[in-house]
Amino acid sequence: MYNIFKLAVRNLKRYKRRTFLTSMLITLGVVAVLLFVSISGSFKAMMIGQITDSMLGHLQIHRKGYLASIDSLPLNRNLNAKQVAKVEQVLADIDAVDTYSMRIKLGAMFSNFVETTNIRLNAVLPEQELNTVPLLSERIVQGQAAGLIEKGEILIPELIAKGMKVKVGDSIVLVANNKDGSVNGLTLQVRGILEGISGPGGRDGVIHLEDAKTLLRFTGVEISEIAIRLKNMNHLPQTFADLTAKLSSIKNQQGQPVFEVHTWEKLSPFFNIAKMIDLMTFFIRIMLVAIVLVSIMNVMIMAVYERINEIGTIAAIGTLPARILGIFMVEGFLLGVLGTAIGTIISLITITIMNASKISFDFGRQTGLLLAPTISAGEVIVVVLTVIGIAVVASLQPAYKAAKMDPIAALRHV
Amino acid sequence: MSLVVAKKLKKTYIAGDITVNAIQGVDFSIESASFVSFVGPSGSGKSTLLNMIGCLDPPTEGALQVADSDITRLDRREAARFRGENIGFVFQDFNLIPVLTVFENVEYPLQMVQNWPASKRRKRVQDLLGAVGMADQGNKYPSQISGGQKQRVAVARALVTNAKLVLADEPTANLDRTTATRIIDLMKNMRDEFGTTFIFSTHDPKVVKNAEIIYTLEDGRLKESRSGNGGHHV
Repeated sequence: MYNIFKLAVRNLKRYKRRTFLTSMLITLGVVAVLLFVSISGSFKAMMIGQITDSMLGHLQIHRKGYLASIDSLPLNRNLNAKQVAKVEQVLADIDAVDTYSMRIKLGAMFSNFVETTNIRLNAVLPEQELNTVPLLSERIVQGQAAGLIEKGEILIPELIAKGMKVKVGDSIVLVANNKDGSVNGLTLQVRGILEGISGPGGRDGVIHLEDAKTLLRFTGVEISEIAIRLKNMNHLPQTFADLTAKLSSIKNQQGQPVFEVHTWEKLSPFFNIAKMIDLMTFFIRIMLVAIVLVSIMNVMIMAVYERINEIGTIAAIGTLPARILGIFMVEGFLLGVLGTAIGTIISLITITIMNASKISFDFGRQTGLLLAPTISAGEVIVVVLTVIGIAVVASLQPAYKAAKMDPIAALRHV
Repeated sequence: MSLVVAKKLKKTYIAGDITVNAIQGVDFSIESASFVSFVGPSGSGKSTLLNMIGCLDPPTEGALQVADSDITRLDRREAARFRGENIGFVFQDFNLIPVLTVFENVEYPLQMVQNWPASKRRKRVQDLLGAVGMADQGNKYPSQISGGQKQRVAVARALVTNAKLVLADEPTANLDRTTATRIIDLMKNMRDEFGTTFIFSTHDPKVVKNAEIIYTLEDGRLKESRSGNGGHHV
């Protein structure tokens, strides 16, 4: 095998410029893919992290039909005490569940005593909420972040704070209809101002669950949604399947399921952007495959054509067809390895430089997001093996042609 | 003892509607350690005959034995293996591998065809390079040596595997008179030293003159067989 490699290396060195240009083409493809995967992957992971860890959680449970009418924040589709207890029982049996948070979602009129506007609110138990969406406190741009919220306080979204000229410490009034239609008001103090983020719930205010119960005159337990955090997000599909199976077996008197379970993917439009990023990554990979395939095949076809006489000579002196095949396939393999090695090194250096440069970018209303491209060893290995594999596959046809060449015809070739 | 035996050997090429009878039923036998030349005008079938003896082209009809093996029914792989074990080739254009040094070119059949161990290989190659007078040129590449030297290397490569038979197609065609004579002398010496049979196809009178047996081909038929330097007609 060493001899085949030696011969392949010598032949690659024979056509230095061609070897260099082909390797550079593969290098370019590898760099493009690795950088795109690292940047888009980091952006995607960051956005998903923001969405799940500061807003949605990984999974949510609602009463059946709640999500279809979530825009109107219906109060008559809340989970009652018995239903909540059943959900808690199911969640306790699933190991993958780390923690969960009970929420009441409501719409209200927000008044600063001068002006009035609409506000969407999440009423939460602070400890539960912080455990489930730990990045929520990081969205508090003004006011006290620790402890999230206490009774009598409200966290208001940035846009309302600006529009209504409300500051931390100001008093405001919330006015809301309960599910029977009667109106009630509650005075709260602004504890902090929340940074808005893209997606549903990204511009909601936050109040304490007990305040919501007071405002809405709930006497017992009423919960709009239960947000769930998993120990490991990679377990999401399995946990979703387990939870759906367990909860769908609980039916109402009409034999219909009582609950509905949704992953963050169903709840956030960013999932479609994430899907698009995946699709783009896929097409970039296809382009890389095409670049490697075409360039290696082209070079190897040329190599075979230029060395027909040599092929005839080595075939005549007894080189077995399999060995001739090997000589040319190893050449393609080495071209792939060379291009991939240079491309991987350049990519990793570039990623390191980009991380060191702390490049920031804006996404929607979010500004100053830090670009922190990372790439897993697994991703690098997949790209490297793909390129090398394609290089070998691309050299297969020319190598096969060389191995099958008639020695007499090859020796006569001028 | 006969090394090559051909009986009623025929080779026909068909290209579309055209049929070419390149070899039309020839019979001959060649003894071991002989120095044989096939002569004849262009298109007489010399190269075709050499290709058939060299297992590069199967006969259409007839029997052909080389080194006691019937080589008419070998498949591609078997033919390659047979060539690697029994036959050496010397080409008109030398056909050295340009990316390998002189030493590596001679080593190639041992390494890539017969898989000899490195230590044994090295000694054998050194011996052969010494025998052809190229011992001090081993590290040079083919582009760095003359035509005559290239052909010496080619002879060494042909002999390095202890081939029983060396086939040389116009081995002196690209060499000047002096060099051609030296190459012929070299091959004759190699025949004497290693007992290898040399078969040539040639136009070159120098080669013909040195051959011990001369077969003359015309239109694919064996016209005469005579011994070299004015041997008898048959």
